[in-house]
Amino acid sequence: MEQLASLAPYVLILPLCMFLILGLFGKKMCPKVSGLLGTTVFGVVSVICYYIALKYFFSGEYQIGETYQQVTLFNMEWLRMNEDLVISIGFLLDPLSAIMLIVISTVSLMVHIYSMGYMHGEGGFQRFYAILSLFSFAMLGLVVATNIFQMYIFWELVGVSSFLLISFYYFKHSAVRAAKKAFIVTRFADMFFLIGILILSYYTRTFDFDKLTFITDGHVDAIVNSDLRTMTFLGFPVISIAMFLIFLGGAGKSAMFPLHIWLPDAMEGPTPASALIHAATMVVAGVYLVARLFPIYTFEAPHVLEIISYIGAFTSIFAAIIACAQTDIKRVLAFSTISQIAYMMVALGVSGYGGVNGLGYTASMWHLFTHAMFKALLFMAAGAIIHAVHSNEMDAMGNLRKKLPITHITFLIACLAIAGIPPFSGFFSKDEILVAAFETNKWVFAVEYFVAGLTAFYMFRLYYRIFWFGEPEEGYEHEPHEAPLNMTFPLMFLAAVTVITGISWAFGKVSFTELISSDFTSYEIHTHWNIALPSIGAGVIGILIATFLYLEKTGRPNKAVSYIKKPYLWAYNKFYIDEIYLFVTNNIIFQRICQPIAWFDRHIIDGFMNLLSWVTNKTSQETKEIQSGYVQQYAWVFIMGVITIVLLSINL
Amino acid sequence: MNIPVESYFILSTLLFFIGVYGFVARKNLISILMSVELILNAANINFVVANRFLFPEYLEGHIYSLFVIAIAAAETAVAISIIINVYRQKKNIDAKSINELKY
Amino acid sequence: MELLTASNIIFFILAAAILLFGILTVTSTKILRSATYLFFTLFCIAGLYLQLNYEFLAAVQLSVYAGGIVILIVFAILLIKGLGEDKEINIGQRRIMGLIAAIVGSITCASVIAKFGFLPDYDTAAELTQDVDMQMIGQTLMGTDQYQYLLPFEAASVLLLACIIGSIAIATKDKEVNK
Repeated sequence: MEQLASLAPYVLILPLCMFLILGLFGKKMCPKVSGLLGTTVFGVVSVICYYIALKYFFSGEYQIGETYQQVTLFNMEWLRMNEDLVISIGFLLDPLSAIMLIVISTVSLMVHIYSMGYMHGEGGFQRFYAILSLFSFAMLGLVVATNIFQMYIFWELVGVSSFLLISFYYFKHSAVRAAKKAFIVTRFADMFFLIGILILSYYTRTFDFDKLTFITDGHVDAIVNSDLRTMTFLGFPVISIAMFLIFLGGAGKSAMFPLHIWLPDAMEGPTPASALIHAATMVVAGVYLVARLFPIYTFEAPHVLEIISYIGAFTSIFAAIIACAQTDIKRVLAFSTISQIAYMMVALGVSGYGGVNGLGYTASMWHLFTHAMFKALLFMAAGAIIHAVHSNEMDAMGNLRKKLPITHITFLIACLAIAGIPPFSGFFSKDEILVAAFETNKWVFAVEYFVAGLTAFYMFRLYYRIFWFGEPEEGYEHEPHEAPLNMTFPLMFLAAVTVITGISWAFGKVSFTELISSDFTSYEIHTHWNIALPSIGAGVIGILIATFLYLEKTGRPNKAVSYIKKPYLWAYNKFYIDEIYLFVTNNIIFQRICQPIAWFDRHIIDGFMNLLSWVTNKTSQETKEIQSGYVQQYAWVFIMGVITIVLLSINL
Repeated sequence: MNIPVESYFILSTLLFFIGVYGFVARKNLISILMSVELILNAANINFVVANRFLFPEYLEGHIYSLFVIAIAAAETAVAISIIINVYRQKKNIDAKSINELKY
Repeated sequence: MELLTASNIIFFILAAAILLFGILTVTSTKILRSATYLFFTLFCIAGLYLQLNYEFLAAVQLSVYAGGIVILIVFAILLIKGLGEDKEINIGQRRIMGLIAAIVGSITCASVIAKFGFLPDYDTAAELTQDVDMQMIGQTLMGTDQYQYLLPFEAASVLLLACIIGSIAIATKDKEVNK
């Protein structure tokens, strides 16, 4: 305990220092040094994270019976509002944050290594590493937060670093627009998050997670002891409103419909940043948030949880359909990310609390873990492909399997994993989600089942279009070649993780339910073959359709599209959600609301200010004539003044 | 010699305000300087008369007048050198032309 | 109270001369003339001092004012070209302003003086004619007791020195300005 407590601060301090060093002195270093420095230091951080997490899980010190204990490694008081409302910065260790530490440190380290190759020779190389360090710092700080306010602070920092990374190519107009869009949309959601935090903390008089999630007799103590239980607002319980607002914050970060619009555009950033931030770590912050506050959701606001499951289900199918029609490979992956995160949300939404009831919770975290690995892998592989063919468009690719062998194999592994084919990791996590959904809500299950097949279809569409299908018509500008080792190593590593976690699960070596569960107590589950087999079937059908359409260069895809021309066009244009947003913002908010406000500001408020300044100016213009500089005039005024005083004093 | 003391004061008052009029109304600096001399003399008369009529055993007013005369001499010397300098720069000695020290 | 004694007549003549020449000083259009009228004014004031038996003060008035300052002013007038005429003096609003100040101020002061009510036994003739001898003046100026004025005297001497230096410094031709 003491050992971990002494190590824990370095998890946050080292990336922060790296951010400052690389950010301030990066220009003076040569790019290679700064890259190596950033990677090495983050390697150390990763080792610490692994050590902390493994020690926590396997040393047995932190277990009582079968239950993992929540440990606060350190907690510094930062702001004291009043006697019981304190904001502090600390390090909370429980299965949830331990698993997140592993995810973040792994993916981030891989991205650090990968970027050395991918970003080689780019301008602003040091800046890229500085922001990566900032992001790592913020994300680690977010997951180890001891209180919801610390989480919010790091939440915003994560948003900032995301903004900086999307606008990394700030000379590109589209990148700047995408960064603005991402920042504004997530900020818009964060506003609700903050309101939710304030409502929750105002009544419970605490920010701390350990108090907020302390349960006795099926109720959350902090809420039972406050007025929140009985209060209603507009007919809704206040606690539900607060929790829904908090979820909205998470929905913004995790790109839930209808706040998903920023994530596809965020692909304007460098691919490693997309892999790290917009696929593996930051976007799952919303899932993490809901999981962190899960006891409150499940006991005090079950309806909100239900809403979450519906939103998740809708988002997952919505994004999956769009992903089928996209041609930019990074956008396909982006929509796939949205769909998969929605999967996790669904899993949380259908989960109960404790033991087997909490299967959804476990599955969600499990899927978060596996998805982070294979999605980061997919993005980095996409990066390697883009690196090779210098384009994001599918049409510029094809038949690359011989030219990029390592990328091909790892990409295939990731595709199989996400399609839910055993024994890859994605199968197990997805399967558990389906089981949890099946037991709670059949409708949601049906949707998710369909999405599973759809996922397999669009991922293999992507796979075949890149690696088979025949070369593009105009050929390649220059022969595509495999990426250097520092880019392929992360691919292989993550592929290995994907395979090994899957296999070890299959053979029962490591059971995820032992490590993480809704009440941190391990329980036993069995693979439900009656659900697993159909889900494998769905995946296989999806793959087969994709094979039929895209294996060879034939007229089949176009023919298939011609059958469903309208829906295809809708999906291709992302169901016009962006256009709806633009219409709402431009035509309604800007013209109907903002313009009158602007007019009011310009004419009434500015006018009043201008009037004041005009009056002041005019007065001074007039009165300055008194100060004529004519000494005789001064003398006369002086004399008259004296005379006046005398006249006043003698009372005439 | 039985002039009432008031008549002296009236005399000095009138002389003082003649000086004030000159100070305000005259155009050139030398005339203004002369008006100032009139004002100083009016004050001197007051000092001397008050000394003679009210406290004849002392010499306070008398000595004050001496100092005033001395300082008036000094002041005139400085003022005239300033006026000559102004004349060198402006080619005239209008009080109106030296109004730059404002705002 | 006998008004038309010889000394009274002399006083009235002097007072009339002082006011007349004073008015002429500030109204004369020719500046050299107004300097001359100023000289006469100062001369008459010296006469007033003599009448009050302050012979030393009268001498100082004559020598310093009439002999020094007026000569200095005349020199300045002669040094400055184009000062002979001062045509604008009697027109414009400054004249009116000056008149207002002078008339209102005179009336105010006169009313104050009239109101004050000086005691009649101030003007006892015996004391008024008492002589002030030079020795007494010298002792008063150089003594350090009460009613003695060594310190102001020294201060005045320093002031005079400063004025000499200052006027030289100001009046010295500045080469750059002259270019």
